Amino acid sequence: MGRMHTDREYEAELTALRERVLLMAARVEEQVNGALRAYQTQDSVLAERVRQADSQVDQLEVEIDGLCVQMLARRQPVASDLRFVTTILKIVTDLERIGDLATSICSRVLELQGTPGAYRPSALQDMGEAARNMVRDAVDALVAGDARKAREVSRRDQLIDEQHAAFFPIIARQMEATPSDFDHLMRMISISKAIERIADHATNLAEMVVFMVEGRDVRHVHEDKPERKQRAE
Amino acid sequence: MSTTNSVVASGSVSGAPWGSDAHLQVVPPPPSLGALGAMVEPLHESAKMSAVGLRASFGAREILKGISIPLYEKHVTAIIGPSGCGKSTFIRCLNRMHEVVSGATSVGQVHLDGQDIFSMDPVRLRRRVGMVFQKPNPFPTMSIRDNVLAGLRLNGLKVAEPDALVERALRQVALWDEVKDGIHRSGLSLSGGQQQRLCIARTLAMEPEVILMDEPCSALDPIATARVEELIHELKKDYTIVIVTHNMQQAARVADYTAFFYMGELIEHDRTDVIFTRPAQQRTEDYITGRFG
Repeated sequence: MGRMHTDREYEAELTALRERVLLMAARVEEQVNGALRAYQTQDSVLAERVRQADSQVDQLEVEIDGLCVQMLARRQPVASDLRFVTTILKIVTDLERIGDLATSICSRVLELQGTPGAYRPSALQDMGEAARNMVRDAVDALVAGDARKAREVSRRDQLIDEQHAAFFPIIARQMEATPSDFDHLMRMISISKAIERIADHATNLAEMVVFMVEGRDVRHVHEDKPERKQRAE
Repeated sequence: MSTTNSVVASGSVSGAPWGSDAHLQVVPPPPSLGALGAMVEPLHESAKMSAVGLRASFGAREILKGISIPLYEKHVTAIIGPSGCGKSTFIRCLNRMHEVVSGATSVGQVHLDGQDIFSMDPVRLRRRVGMVFQKPNPFPTMSIRDNVLAGLRLNGLKVAEPDALVERALRQVALWDEVKDGIHRSGLSLSGGQQQRLCIARTLAMEPEVILMDEPCSALDPIATARVEELIHELKKDYTIVIVTHNMQQAARVADYTAFFYMGELIEHDRTDVIFTRPAQQRTEDYITGRFG
């Protein structure tokens, strides 16, 4: 945001808002990390902890929304301040959804308890790490106000979409081979879907960072990849 | 330092007028726009007035240091900037009121419909380019009716149907229903907001083409301010309006274009939505966000 406000109270409010968002982003990153580790190590205690942490993220979302509305009402921010506040209002929803999806992965991990020898594709782990890195880098771009980095994060979404799509036929073949594993394999698809959605929300976050920094709305505009398909909802 | 004027720089882009359904057409936004993506409408306006390299001084002190800016026809242009930036001097140059002050001089050009105003009769110019001041200033000894007619009478113009003209002007400023039963009362019997609308009616009675407003709401309460702003919105259908304001929210509310002046220079001039969402110049950003000085 560059130089300090003449009104220090206003400056302090903006700083407080920024700190709350960074706290929320850090919590969400922890949730994603925890979910992936719980999947990898089948750690039910960790999975449960991630699930319980979700309510804190939800509370932060409500608190940050409130701060933004107050700021709009009392300060009428303009230019970079307006873009900052409106960006925050939107990205808290994406952050909260990422938290929910991490929680959802943990719920599947808990359901997998008691099937120690069952099929657990490492592809899911790789996909999860790629999505996790997108979240981390999008948050870093937010902190640094780095539009270039944010754009780079958005470009990575397509790869995860493709990995998720490629995972389907693999699972379908497994289902044909071992119909008795149907429930288990459905959980794998559910985890793959959650990871793909985490990457989508990280992309939204990154696109809003570009708007915040440059005032340019790059959503649904394929800046450098005209062939890129719309993300499926 | 050179003046940045992104409106001039980006030139005239053809397209449907504002207020049309131009936004429904699928047109790629010009590269200079796009803060709000494809929803922005192209620039196309023609300038009713324009200043070119306008300099103005009081004695040896130069207030305006070469202002070049178009003022688009039937649109509202807001001039913003800190005290002493030259914004009031600028609009006082537009109807040659600046030069009336002893020791005041100006050089450069100002055009009205392409004609240089400095070659015009100043009295005639001021009929075409009217002004509304910061403090409501109805003539204290005159009635409401006579206040509306004052400009015409002071100019020695004969009014064919004065009652019709008074009613029309007062209706234009939405004051008629409030005063029609006491039209012969003193102008000072009105509230501050009503007095300011009376002053606008007095300006409108002269049938100007351009209306200059020098902080017209700074002495008014929020309701009276809202009524004047609503009036500005109505008036721009027929008039070109230039408003100087210290209130940036007001500029954001009423103006189609906003110009930021600083220390006698035009720093930035662009569509109001662009100025208030993503100004191009750091000094504009610093001023409107309150990071100045």
